[in-house]
Amino acid sequence: MSYKAAIMVVLYILFAPLAGGLLEGADRKISARMQGRIGPPLLQPFYDVRKLMNKQVIAVSVLQTSMLLCYLVLMVFTGAIFFAGNDILMCLFVLSTASTFMYFAAVVTSSPYNTIASSRELIQIMTYEPAVLLAGIGFYLVAGTFSVAKIANSDIVMLTRMPGLFASFVLILLIKMRKSPFDVSTSHHAHQELVMGVKTEMGAQNLAIFTITEWYETSILMGIVGLFVVTSNPLSYVGAILLCAAVYFFLIIADNACARVKWTQMLQITWLFTLFASGVNLLILMLIK
Amino acid sequence: MGISVFLILFPLCCAPVMYFITNDRLRAYVTYCAAGIIAAATVALTVLWALNGAVPVLLYKETELADHAILIAELLLMVLVTYLCFKHRKYWISVLSIVPTLLIAKQELTAPSPMTLCHIYIDHFSILMCLIIGVVGSLIVVYAVGYMYGYHQHRKDVRDNRRYFFMLLFIFLGAMFGFVLSESLMWIDFFWEVTSVCSFLLIGYTREAEAIRNSFRALWMNLLGGVALAVGIVYFDSAVNCVSLHKLIEYAQTGVVPAVIGVALIALAALTKAAQLPFSTWLMGAMVAPTPSSALLHSATMVKAGIYILFRLAPAMGGTTTGNVVVFVGGFTFFMASIMAISQSDGKKVLAFSTISNLGLMTACAGVGSHETVWAGIFLMMFHAVSKSLLFQDVGATENATGSRDIEDMHGLLYRLPMLGFYMFIGIAAMFLAPFGMLISKWSALKAAVDRSNILLVLFITYGSATTSFYWTKWMGKIISRSHETGERMEEKITDNSEKFSMTVHAVLMIALCVFMPWLSNNFVDPLLVEMFGKFTNVLPGGILAMMVLIMCIVFLIPILAYMYAKNHRTNYKLNYMSGINTGNNNAFTDSFGEEKKLWLSNYYFDRLIRPDQMMIFSQLVATAVLAVMVSFLLGGALV
Amino acid sequence: MGKVKKSPWVLHYDGSSCNGCDIEVLACLTPVYDAERFGIINTGDPLQADIFLITGGINTQNKAVVQQLYDQMPRPKVVVAVGTCACTGGIFKECYNILGGADTTIPVDIYVPGCAARPQAIIDGLIQAIELFQKRSNKHDAIERRHKEEEGRKAHDKVSGE
Repeated sequence: MSYKAAIMVVLYILFAPLAGGLLEGADRKISARMQGRIGPPLLQPFYDVRKLMNKQVIAVSVLQTSMLLCYLVLMVFTGAIFFAGNDILMCLFVLSTASTFMYFAAVVTSSPYNTIASSRELIQIMTYEPAVLLAGIGFYLVAGTFSVAKIANSDIVMLTRMPGLFASFVLILLIKMRKSPFDVSTSHHAHQELVMGVKTEMGAQNLAIFTITEWYETSILMGIVGLFVVTSNPLSYVGAILLCAAVYFFLIIADNACARVKWTQMLQITWLFTLFASGVNLLILMLIK
Repeated sequence: MGISVFLILFPLCCAPVMYFITNDRLRAYVTYCAAGIIAAATVALTVLWALNGAVPVLLYKETELADHAILIAELLLMVLVTYLCFKHRKYWISVLSIVPTLLIAKQELTAPSPMTLCHIYIDHFSILMCLIIGVVGSLIVVYAVGYMYGYHQHRKDVRDNRRYFFMLLFIFLGAMFGFVLSESLMWIDFFWEVTSVCSFLLIGYTREAEAIRNSFRALWMNLLGGVALAVGIVYFDSAVNCVSLHKLIEYAQTGVVPAVIGVALIALAALTKAAQLPFSTWLMGAMVAPTPSSALLHSATMVKAGIYILFRLAPAMGGTTTGNVVVFVGGFTFFMASIMAISQSDGKKVLAFSTISNLGLMTACAGVGSHETVWAGIFLMMFHAVSKSLLFQDVGATENATGSRDIEDMHGLLYRLPMLGFYMFIGIAAMFLAPFGMLISKWSALKAAVDRSNILLVLFITYGSATTSFYWTKWMGKIISRSHETGERMEEKITDNSEKFSMTVHAVLMIALCVFMPWLSNNFVDPLLVEMFGKFTNVLPGGILAMMVLIMCIVFLIPILAYMYAKNHRTNYKLNYMSGINTGNNNAFTDSFGEEKKLWLSNYYFDRLIRPDQMMIFSQLVATAVLAVMVSFLLGGALV
Repeated sequence: MGKVKKSPWVLHYDGSSCNGCDIEVLACLTPVYDAERFGIINTGDPLQADIFLITGGINTQNKAVVQQLYDQMPRPKVVVAVGTCACTGGIFKECYNILGGADTTIPVDIYVPGCAARPQAIIDGLIQAIELFQKRSNKHDAIERRHKEEEGRKAHDKVSGE
């Protein structure tokens, strides 16, 4: 690992939760304003985690905490792969391994709400997996490499070559970030029909670990969104930040404007959309290669 | 190098011995010894061959006696199959055995004796196959000793015919060794038929109506492949007067029409053996057989014979019509079988579908025919052989211990049968999770598919790996969920020491394979590809492997972390949330009548969305149509 | 000493209320009152809750439920009884199945009277509960620290004893 990559990884480990937390805070504030409320302070997510860390340590099952720690560590590792400029496809594979551990953390409890929610979580993983992998492949086709560092240093704005792949990636971000209409396994709002979904049995510290991991994940996903516009030109990083903001704003609007769909609809919509948007995009990329 | 013949003949000689030993205990010891000798001989062969410079070795130019013996054995086999077909009134199936045998016999007796060639060919690939058969195979035989004892304890309705069972296992091992070591297509054809018949007899072991029905289905599908194989060989031989596998590939690469058609027909045969669509149903039916035969024949070795021959043909298939059809069939099978696996709750059925699915991926890798895909495919094959064999054994042992192999009944297995639960967890993790090798192979298969601009394969792999992880993950979740009952440990005595031994070695082997993967890639698989393609560019980026090793460390670090965490925080255990109405423990709640209701948690099987029967018929139709196109192309080519 | 009062999460349980108070509780979340500006989240999950907000009296059937929900909440925790019924049993007090207010089952810290309690009153009660929550949290931290110190001393004694 080069010197620069090491710095990036350290920066990521330190600041990714910060960025993720701030995004969540902004999300809650903007959502509140959209609903005509004042909303919580911007730093509310950090207050929440601090409170959770200060509570009595509870768990409902022996393996629960270790599975959550696995989830956290693998997620941090995924981000490290990404921000060190390593292989993007491998990063996405490890990302899905991390999500698998999140499923385990929910399912070990054998609680009825958790079991249903975790089954849905698994369906979500299955739903977004193709779009995520295809996005990685799209980068490879355009830039000729899987290396994130080289993709970020290419002269092409990826978005211009892979709009279809970008569209399906944004669509599955709704699932990944647990936004309506695809928040079937858990949601950040109080209108979840499965109590707290996969988070039901996570209290105090466990929930804090979960939340921090989600922040790391948000940073990684936003990093991938940014990769769509980052080029060797330093100005493109401004574009990347703007794009991330725009995408996140779109997610918030969708979250506030849509009703939750059934998982079958989620699966059908996402798979078909991915198949057409990403598939056609890939086909064109392969033909012009 | 005479040891290679020993490998073929020794198991064949052991077989009658097994049949004549009536004392169970004595037979067990003889089996352990024989398995040990086979494994040792395989290792000895590898070492001798490596000391010899690890170059391809050609042996036995003149083998008239052996040729005659094989011809006689082949005729005997035909008589046996015909007899059994008549006995069970499946008259037409006997035709599938008579036609190819007579065709081969006629060719051998009447045609001018073919170009002198060698009959045994030992190179990296054969050695690899020998190691899989010798090590995994003999471990499964060891496992079978304990398993079959438990099986007959638990299935009183089945007649105890273990002598016969072990005889077949050993015949099969000998035939497999013969198959992978042979260079002569005539020999390959013979050993091919032997494995088909062994599989048929083992599937019918229980003599129940369903078993017999399934065994005949397996028989006719495999024999159909045998017909394609025999026709391919005879056609090629009568045109070029040569029965060497390597010559066939060489000719096909230069575009000699009879060789191209020969390759296509042999590939078709390989598709039946590897249970690809539309021939997948025989492997599903084969699951009625006792578990050791499922592990040995129907996942670790015999189906790999189809893959083996496809990889041999890979250099001749890349970019051809045959190759494209094989890629499509493989990719399609990978995707469809993984969807069908979602709807199954029977552990063995899931394993069977997943075997078909993984074989599909390997088939597609072979069909693309570039050295990157073959690299990926060979690693897939290695990891699949070990982990699937472990899983089959584990499910079998669990069934003997708990009386059920349904995944729903494996809820909390980790707490009830810790050892079996743990191995099952590891075995499944090896099938699809980072940092295990299957994932790296999938990574490079995907990369190679993109490089070859094969969009269909890319889509099949991406969607297929999504569905694959779905059915595996939900099974893993079942194992580690807290038990429905009180979760007390069950007696693990039912699982015999021989079974525990075999499974433990498998688990260790699998971790070792992952750790030594870079070494294996550099020192074994790369030379193999050089032999096959004449060139090689490093497929595996070093960075990825370093990453995998790191993940491996992390995975082992987690328990330590968790321990430290638990030490610093005194955890208070709370009840599950059940709207406040659980009855003091987590296994029951108060219902609306004020009475206690037991909790029963179940996975999703999508039974309203996925109907495996209909889906199977649909996929068979699609695959048949594609194969029909290939065959008509071939006929066109042959007639022109 | 962590500042926890900025993030009080509420578990709302409807005992045997007439739903009047429940409507008012939910009204607190609406744009007019917007309880979320204090960081309050109406969570449905006792494992994540800090404040147990209970409406309606306790009857023979829900006694066990209330008890269990209370037990599932991690310390430190605060209980708020909203509405006359939750405070005393209210109009239903003499019914054959009613045991009385919430304090017949679990220790109640804050009583919010009213039939139904007005949102302003509920929010006022919650604010008091938040202060109490912070106080308890401080106490909880102190106990935790003492436990740790004791454990450390024990370990030390053990080593030196040997």
